[in-house]
Amino acid sequence: MGIAFSFAAVIALIGLAFIGVKGLNLHFLFGAIVPYAAFLAFIGGFVYKVVKWGRSPVPFHIPTTGGQGYSFPWIKQNKLDSPPTTIWVIGRMLLEVLLFRSLFRNTKSELKHGKLVYGSEKLLWLFGLIFHWSFLIVLVRHFRFFMVSVPLPIKIMEALDSFFQVGVPLVYLTDLTLILGVTYLFIRRVIMPQIRFISIAADYFPLLLIFAIGTTGILMRYFIRVDIVGVKQVAMGLVSFQPVAPGSIGVIFYIHLFLVSALFAYFPFSKLMHLGGVFMSPTRNLANNSRMVRHINPWNYPVHVHTYQEYEDDFREKMKQAGLPVEKE
Amino acid sequence: MYDSGKILAGLIIFIVIATLPFTLNLGKAVAKPSPSIDTPAINQMAKKQCVESKDYMKTTHMQMLNNWRDEVVREGNRLYVAADGKEYNMSLQNTCMNCHSNKSKFCDECHNYVAVKPYCWDCHIAPKEGV
Repeated sequence: MGIAFSFAAVIALIGLAFIGVKGLNLHFLFGAIVPYAAFLAFIGGFVYKVVKWGRSPVPFHIPTTGGQGYSFPWIKQNKLDSPPTTIWVIGRMLLEVLLFRSLFRNTKSELKHGKLVYGSEKLLWLFGLIFHWSFLIVLVRHFRFFMVSVPLPIKIMEALDSFFQVGVPLVYLTDLTLILGVTYLFIRRVIMPQIRFISIAADYFPLLLIFAIGTTGILMRYFIRVDIVGVKQVAMGLVSFQPVAPGSIGVIFYIHLFLVSALFAYFPFSKLMHLGGVFMSPTRNLANNSRMVRHINPWNYPVHVHTYQEYEDDFREKMKQAGLPVEKE
Repeated sequence: MYDSGKILAGLIIFIVIATLPFTLNLGKAVAKPSPSIDTPAINQMAKKQCVESKDYMKTTHMQMLNNWRDEVVREGNRLYVAADGKEYNMSLQNTCMNCHSNKSKFCDECHNYVAVKPYCWDCHIAPKEGV
């Protein structure tokens, strides 16, 4: 159900762009207005989400630790997995964001001969890493369309990415690894019963959308050629606020652009917001210092406390008459 | 907002990175590339026509050259029959560059614009211009 719906949604997006550009000649709508609107939705939605999260209180100090915290001097401390200070939190976050360290500890549970067994599961970590890094490199590589003079680091990145000089235009390795990664993430959802059980349309749709973006990009670069100079004119027009939308570029470019716009607009309102969310997770971004620093629940309001001393003051005479011991005579 | 200092700093970093394509291009004039076909050989032609149509050459010349290379180097075949039936000698230096003798004003014009560095000239010798 979720798969069919997501698949239909992606096909509908492709169809919309195809009919809009090929049939109705709405080049300016799909080449300028939609991308601008999508970018505004992306920035606006991202800020809205982060601010909304920032306004929610964290009642408890809840870092999840993966190692020995601060204790006696003769007990070896694992500062990275149980960070005592902000510096170590930053180190832990860097490893988490760049290398998905906690996912490396991923386990799977299986029934084998009627027994529940647990084992290590590194594939998700490996393909997740491949997918995210490929996507980042592909994104950064696209800067050659957005800049008049392309900076050296991006040129070096391109040269390394097309290192094997296969075909013309040279095949980018990250084009292949991006598709490989997203395919694994999709297949995993479909064939593993437990994962499939908890998967809904919002899980399948981003995967299929990214797959469609990668596929249209690859088609455009290697198979259905488009006028690259025209593509760069569109990109430069967009970033210099003088949008142009020449009709001479193939429709596949407008489909690609529309799918990317859809991804950008969808981003802040979906699970993809883990881009911002990973930095906002109290289980990750808090130092494990609850024994050194008191965490005040921001929900707390001044509670009137009736102490024993006050109680005794109220009932001292009655307590004495009843023969109860009192602290103050 | 709790921890507003850190969150706002993070948001500002995000916005700066996300808007880089716009901010990096502020005030930079964008010249559209205009590859020149003003060469002696092309000016002598009655009908200015490349091997294939202009649109095809624009989008697919790199794949065509790649096929030419494979045909010549691997198959030893130098005869190219174009879509309109005309025959050409498959040769970058003797056919292509014979007409387009102005590499810096023709090839490089668009290649530099889209930051492409074709490896043709790793092996081939670029024609001397202004001769």
